[in-house]
Amino acid sequence: MRSIDAREVTRQVSQMVVEANMVLPGDVSTALEKAWENEDNPSGREILGQLLENARLAREMSLPLCQDTGLAVFFVELGQECRLRGDLYQAVNAGVSRGYEEGFLRKSVCNPLSRKNTGDNTPAVIHLDLVPGDRLKIRFMPKGGGSENMSGLAMLTPSQGLEGVKEFVLQRVAGAGPNPCPPGIIGIGIGGSFDQAPLLAKKALFRPLDDIHPEQEVRDLEAELFEAVNALGIGPMGMGGRTTCLGVKIQAAPCHIASLPVAVNIQCHAARHKEVSL
Amino acid sequence: MSREIKLSTPLQEEDVLHLRTGDKVLLSGHIYTARDAAHKRLLQDLDQGIEPPFNLQGAVVYYVGPTPAPPGRVIGSAGPTTSSRMDAYTPRMHQLGVRATIGKGRRSQEVRRVLQEQKAVYLGATGGAGALLSRCITGSWVLAFEELGTEAIRELEVLDFPLLVVNDAFGGELYVTAGR
Repeated sequence: MRSIDAREVTRQVSQMVVEANMVLPGDVSTALEKAWENEDNPSGREILGQLLENARLAREMSLPLCQDTGLAVFFVELGQECRLRGDLYQAVNAGVSRGYEEGFLRKSVCNPLSRKNTGDNTPAVIHLDLVPGDRLKIRFMPKGGGSENMSGLAMLTPSQGLEGVKEFVLQRVAGAGPNPCPPGIIGIGIGGSFDQAPLLAKKALFRPLDDIHPEQEVRDLEAELFEAVNALGIGPMGMGGRTTCLGVKIQAAPCHIASLPVAVNIQCHAARHKEVSL
Repeated sequence: MSREIKLSTPLQEEDVLHLRTGDKVLLSGHIYTARDAAHKRLLQDLDQGIEPPFNLQGAVVYYVGPTPAPPGRVIGSAGPTTSSRMDAYTPRMHQLGVRATIGKGRRSQEVRRVLQEQKAVYLGATGGAGALLSRCITGSWVLAFEELGTEAIRELEVLDFPLLVVNDAFGGELYVTAGR
């Protein structure tokens, strides 16, 4: 059995949280460039130009792309043949604490009742999956509050069907308007239970923009909603135009015969994510 | 056709009455940061008879929680946060003399009404362009509520800070209303 020291996890996490906040991933910058080329609304196009310039400056000046350096969200896949020497949750949180301090990132986590800031951006939200193999894969996303606030869940019924799903998604995106910093990514979870649908939506946001869903039915729905969202005309930062989202990503899971949960998790244009495999 | 207008703080009533939705503004001078927690504290303090940490007359309030300044810089990344969270406090801020607020996203109907009544404006900065905007900030000092960390009230010195008039004092609205 392979073994990994928890201190290595801390070291890797402390680096990845900083880098993720300063460097826009390639799939996102490519999508923004393409949007800039295709946007015919002058105000919307100007915003897209500013976002590309912002990404260049952030990288050059080693500054966060956005002042909201997020709640630290992790999806961790632990191979069943991999043994961790130490506490995984502690190791990840120690990495977040160190990275947010040393990287001059904003500490945006507080107690929900007293609103007192925890001071080091912990605790992180850590989702752990046990998987075959002997690797440890850590995927990180700093999730901004503005776009997270525009997200939502609906417990639809089977009679509402796919039409109901589409209507709910478009209602959420249209209602959010300029607030979640469009053009971003629309993560959608369909099915599962009350708790599982939002998790699917979040997981969908971790898929690269150029990733192709293996199921035809899901792919078709993604394509249809991508067109429909961009037809809303909200445009970059609500300034109008054909670019309201860079992508629609859907994850589906079986659900109860009486239910049709659907969750929409909106991601802003600073769609930061990073992955390491140990 | 949008115009580009240079303004300096503090803002006068005539500065605001000159602005129309869609105008580009390059703002210079001193502005004050406040988010949810700072608004709440400032207004609670005022009710207790405690003076606000800056002169509200003609003031410009920026909804931002910057990242810490790395060595050699005055501030970190410093773009706008979602303004609607401050809608509950904004009418009173304008009644107390604040002439403009800076943020991103839509304002409530009540805020838009008060902008007309009090002759004030809501200005938009590009959300998520925190690195770009930080280059227009030339000074930063914590004025109050330091214990709130990023949510403390700061005085910022800005030079040609790029903004758009979202809601003017005449009921104008910049954002596109989605066709649903």
